[in-house]
Amino acid sequence: MPDDLFQQVVEAARALGVSEIEAIVSEEAQALTRFANNAIHQNVAGRSTQLSVRPVIEGRTARATTNRVDRAGIRDVVAEAVAITRLNESDADLPPLAGLPEIAPAEPDPAESDDAQRYFETTAEATPQERAQAVADAIGVVAGAGQTAAGIYSTEESRFALYNSRGVSASYRETMARFSVTAMAGDSSGWAKASACDRRALDPVALARSAARKAAASHNPHQLPAGRYTVILEPAAVLDLVGQLFMDFSGTAISDGRSFLNDRLGEKLFGDNITVFDDARHPLQSGARFDAEGVPRRRLTLVEAGVVREIAYCRQAAALARVAPTGHGFPLPNETGEAPMNIVIAGGGTSVEEMVAATEHGVLVTRFWYIREVDPYEKIFTGMTRDGTFLVEGGKVSAGVRNFRFNVGLMEMLSNVVALSPAVRASGEETFDMVVPAMKVRGFNFTEVTRF
Amino acid sequence: MRDLALRALDAVARRGVTYADVRAVDSRQRDISTKNGKTGHVSSAESAGLGIRVLAHGCWGFAATDNLTAAGIESAAALALSIARAGTVARTHEVTLAPEAQYQAVWTSPMQVDPFTVPVDRCLAVLLAVDKELRHNPGVSLAEAAMQFEKQRQVFASTLGSVIDQTRCQSGAGFSALCYKDGEIQKRSFPNSFGGQFQLKGYELVDELRLLENAPRIAEEAVALHAAAQCPEGEFDLILDSAQLGLQIHESIGHPIELDRVLGSEANYAGMSFLMLDQLHNLRYGSEIVNVVCDARQEHGPGLGTFAFDDEGVPAQGNDIIRHGQFVGYMTSRETAAAVGATRSNGCMRADGWARLPLIRMTNVSLQPGEQTLEEVFDVDHGIYMETNRSWSIDDKRYNFQFGCEIGWEIRHGKRGRMLKNPSYSGISTEFWNACAAIAGREHWTLWGVPNCGKGQPEQVMGTGHGASPARFRNIKVGGAYAG
Repeated sequence: MPDDLFQQVVEAARALGVSEIEAIVSEEAQALTRFANNAIHQNVAGRSTQLSVRPVIEGRTARATTNRVDRAGIRDVVAEAVAITRLNESDADLPPLAGLPEIAPAEPDPAESDDAQRYFETTAEATPQERAQAVADAIGVVAGAGQTAAGIYSTEESRFALYNSRGVSASYRETMARFSVTAMAGDSSGWAKASACDRRALDPVALARSAARKAAASHNPHQLPAGRYTVILEPAAVLDLVGQLFMDFSGTAISDGRSFLNDRLGEKLFGDNITVFDDARHPLQSGARFDAEGVPRRRLTLVEAGVVREIAYCRQAAALARVAPTGHGFPLPNETGEAPMNIVIAGGGTSVEEMVAATEHGVLVTRFWYIREVDPYEKIFTGMTRDGTFLVEGGKVSAGVRNFRFNVGLMEMLSNVVALSPAVRASGEETFDMVVPAMKVRGFNFTEVTRF
Repeated sequence: MRDLALRALDAVARRGVTYADVRAVDSRQRDISTKNGKTGHVSSAESAGLGIRVLAHGCWGFAATDNLTAAGIESAAALALSIARAGTVARTHEVTLAPEAQYQAVWTSPMQVDPFTVPVDRCLAVLLAVDKELRHNPGVSLAEAAMQFEKQRQVFASTLGSVIDQTRCQSGAGFSALCYKDGEIQKRSFPNSFGGQFQLKGYELVDELRLLENAPRIAEEAVALHAAAQCPEGEFDLILDSAQLGLQIHESIGHPIELDRVLGSEANYAGMSFLMLDQLHNLRYGSEIVNVVCDARQEHGPGLGTFAFDDEGVPAQGNDIIRHGQFVGYMTSRETAAAVGATRSNGCMRADGWARLPLIRMTNVSLQPGEQTLEEVFDVDHGIYMETNRSWSIDDKRYNFQFGCEIGWEIRHGKRGRMLKNPSYSGISTEFWNACAAIAGREHWTLWGVPNCGKGQPEQVMGTGHGASPARFRNIKVGGAYAG
């Protein structure tokens, strides 16, 4: 990528009579080794670079994006952005490009640098051979238990830089490794997944052992009737279900009337033991510490002891609400505004094992699947259990059970939490990674049972 | 594009491979939306790159790059081979591919008006007129309208000697009216939810959809839902509009017939399928009147799954999936065809752009029109009619599903009665299709586009087509989403 890329963007814009322009540059290298039936079956790597520009011309804006980052490509993408911006409607509420002092500092303190914590060469430089060997070791564990393994091991490196003609110059880089494994044993299965910026923090063999144990323990599943149960939700299950709430903690969503927080701000909606933050600086979190306009991400107390306290505001939503922006805006132009993306749900002191030991009759859930919103204001969600659902009787896991469909109102659910584990970085499939505890919940509404 | 593809193929083939193919892809996208009288967003994007897939040492490798210099292509070719070699550490069998002929072809999807020649301000004017009509109803809190256009040229080249140059252009448009009032959110969308209708057409699709003339009705229904009765809970004869039925086909037929799912390739993410191999030709999937095809050919219609060749160089085909209720076919690839005794792939491998590997994906999986009139479909003493999807969920083997719709009506003696809010229904896939009692004819059949089907790791998003007419199903469980 050219070193003077943004300078070229500015010059191309000036040649068209435009002085206000923003550029986002992103580079990504991703590799993923995928396995099924105890063999590697898909094994891929890709690399891409993208330049996205957004002029602001008399209250108008539009975005054009390209992956041609040579001189001609830069000139063309600026010309396209300017052309479609000039054809756009003017918007009196469109904020000007962000500038000092509301933006991230141009020269971040190296001691505070995200790179120091979230970029690891061990992850960026992982080879196909290293991923394949880790996969082979994990397959060995599952196959050794007489089961069949499927899963992924991915490593990726991403860089992101934001510039604008008012002096914003902010950049961020990160690495991420993910390992996920499903163990299948005839009529049962088990699953485990973890993610970390430093791949050395992942233990594929331990994850494979956990998945294999679950598959073995849920063999010959019982069929329980649908109904309300005490459930113990492991962190991935909490993440994928409770994580559905947070797009609504948005000033734009509320002004649109599409948030469940409409007419509920400041109310106690959840139990005393529910406290939720958005914290981009949390050591288990990932992602940049500034938003898509360069505004530093503020730590928000979204929920304190069950009461909704704060929500996120991009610059435009903040101006309309006459509050300060919180640094959670998405790239402009967009319809959704902003959302907290670094969720941390405060944990408790009860381990999953202790929750099981203190449960007379209940269901232990490894993860959920295909979660979809049924009711946007009551926040009712439906979905299925998957890959390790167990009956708990007399303080012990006694059997696997066939998978349930649930229909659950999240405000009710989060008012019925009776125990929380310490919070961990959790990784699922239905929402982005968050820091969440396991939860024991009373009266969880299972409405149907499937055939396996 | 052609030169790039051939140069990359040469770069990988000369290193020694069992098989290789290259897809050089150049794509362009434009998105335009409005929200409550203003522009929501205007954006355009272009992306060019190539993906190299190689079979060597008995294993697959794939590398993609947008560095289209000679050095970038050489580097990607070397990486694809290195990845394939790495896979030998966890290999259980040698990959073999069903034979396929070589093709030299150029194909462009038909369109009347190239959407990229339509100025942004003209598109905005259409959307803002719809927006104004929606907000003419004071009960509407949020009016949103959008158009999306995508054009993609792909040159496929393989060591079989094929060079296939295809250009596909797809368009989509739709709008919604949301009403927040008295602690309740209700929403109506047209012509479908989650973006509207999407087809392999040019801008002419936008004109065909008659967005503006439907806006007042949709706004009125969104507001009226607040005063409507809650959908009852129980077993009812259920009638679905063709858009909802399209998604029902997608989830409870389209995904289960993906042979890679059946064979376990997707077990860690999208899941598997209840359609195990011994059920081919043995399972009664639906009632006698249920006929489902998987058809990528142009003559099936301008679906999001229409093309001339799939992404491993196999010609588009039309195949029966369910014939008079009997399960008769999976979707296959060159690697999987032999698992069902086939000597050739039926052409369902598709990739999401240049950076992703082709997977078995739905093309156009459609329910063939029935022989009933619309009046006969609605001819029940007491039933419920539902329109426009609101939520969808199905288990990871595709047995148990639950769908919610935006709106419903009670049907009494064949006539539409009171409006119902928050309608939902649930069931087991094969039981549901065996309960199919009536399907409306060809004149009510629409080929719907689902632009956002997710599958694979890394995840790929694909457009699929689903033709359907309104249909009736006996004794379906209704209202479970709000039960308990």
